[in-house]
Amino acid sequence: MNVPDYNPELEEIEIQLLLEGVAQHYGYDFRNYALASLKRRIWNTMRAEQAKTVSALQEKVLHQPACMERFLLALTVNVTAMFRDPGFYLAFRTKVVPLLRTYPFIRIWHAGCSTGEEVYSMAILLYEAGLYDRCRIYATDMNTAVLSKAKEGIFPLVKMQEYTGNYLRAGGDQSFSNYYTAAYEHAIFRPWLRDRITFSQHNLATDGSFNEFNVVLCRNVMIYFNKTLQEHVHRLLYESLSMFGVLGLGHAESLKFTPHEQHYTEIVSGERLYRRVS
Amino acid sequence: MTFDLIVVGASLGGLHALEAIFAALPSDFIVPLAVVQHRHRDSDDTLRSVLQRAARLPIYEAEDKQPIEPGAIYLAPADYHLLVERGSFALSTEGPVNHARPSIDVLFESAAAAYEARLLGVVLTGASADGAQGLALIKARGGCTVVQDPASAECRVMPEAAIAATTVDHVVPLIEIVPLLTKLCQSSWKVGL
Ligand SMILES: C[S@@+](CC[C@H](N)C(=O)[O-])C[C@H]1O[C@@H](n2cnc3c(N)ncnc32)[C@H](O)[C@@H]1O
Repeated sequence: MNVPDYNPELEEIEIQLLLEGVAQHYGYDFRNYALASLKRRIWNTMRAEQAKTVSALQEKVLHQPACMERFLLALTVNVTAMFRDPGFYLAFRTKVVPLLRTYPFIRIWHAGCSTGEEVYSMAILLYEAGLYDRCRIYATDMNTAVLSKAKEGIFPLVKMQEYTGNYLRAGGDQSFSNYYTAAYEHAIFRPWLRDRITFSQHNLATDGSFNEFNVVLCRNVMIYFNKTLQEHVHRLLYESLSMFGVLGLGHAESLKFTPHEQHYTEIVSGERLYRRVS
Repeated sequence: MTFDLIVVGASLGGLHALEAIFAALPSDFIVPLAVVQHRHRDSDDTLRSVLQRAARLPIYEAEDKQPIEPGAIYLAPADYHLLVERGSFALSTEGPVNHARPSIDVLFESAAAAYEARLLGVVLTGASADGAQGLALIKARGGCTVVQDPASAECRVMPEAAIAATTVDHVVPLIEIVPLLTKLCQSSWKVGL
């Protein structure tokens, strides 16, 4: 990336060739991911793999499966947190929970759940609302490595101070430490929090809809996609939501720049919670 | 020289510097600005609304895929990296870079790749070295680089780090930044009109 005769147009061609090769050879389709952040992560990998050009990286990735594994981990951003963006959970508690109370059974889909922090947060919220027994949560991600972590429900103990703060700002009024056991540097979350959660692999780019849901959360996942893939996923989420179902997006995402805007109304202004109305 | 975008990085002391710059920018300033001000992950809309009170141009917190429009100022939202594609914004929750999310280097690096010589980068006051590598990259891609004179900065660490990282085109005191930007962007102006 810092070679003197750096040619950005050529680099984009090389990136396309690399992604094409990865999709055909390994079946992971990154061809419609957002270019700016993709480039950043490709450059990081080039540095780590000591590849001078994207073509040199392609050679390694295609011929060395171990290099592909590292590349896959480097390409997806898995950073997440419990009760990330507390205002969202507070709005969910005050505005969505009353809607859900009217349902005898509630199906929830977390698409792109990463290591699960968001899913456990939702389980806690639903438990405190007295709704958890009526819920079934489907938590999916394309990356099996993060899913196995999510299934364990063990998070770093050092994070608990931040998460407790988030939990309280999200309207939590219990003692957050009731939900985990501290063991060395780990916080092991209570296994019963997992009772209503099913973790499974699902790729939003290549797999279809698998159920009908009352709530779909897909937060901070589509920011890594380009417009084409984003529209594809919005269609998939729309088709997976029941009428009057609730869609939750990340704080910096909105339906504004998508063609599905007219099918939803905003439940709480600014909190990225939408209700399907047509 | 014509510019399609101005990227600005500020940290400690940035609120006052940005207020001064936005207050001085004329309402017909056409080249859009993308701004990273280091901020706490929980901060709300306050930064935007405080800055908006000083500014004549409209200020937005950038959303994912938002088109970059002329005559507007875009702020990186709290707890996200702001990146630039050609003509629109992209966001990322990747871990902090230089202990910061949003990070100035991430914005500058992506903007340099997207706009090359049509990019103007500005580093303001701050107590970190964020932005230095990014500014060097803007320079390497043929873009124009501006740094606030450390003597006029509330905190001189960040401007000094930027000056040490590359041969900066213009080092000017805070009050001269807007006159300089106006002069540099004059031809972009005519093209835009
Ligand atoms: C930044 S994390 C978001 C985690 C959580 N939803 C949150 O907001 O904190 C993005 C996740 O999306 C997943 N992802 C990326 N592309 C995907 C795809 N095509 N299908 C399913 N998951 C995907 C990544 O593996 C990663 O775990």
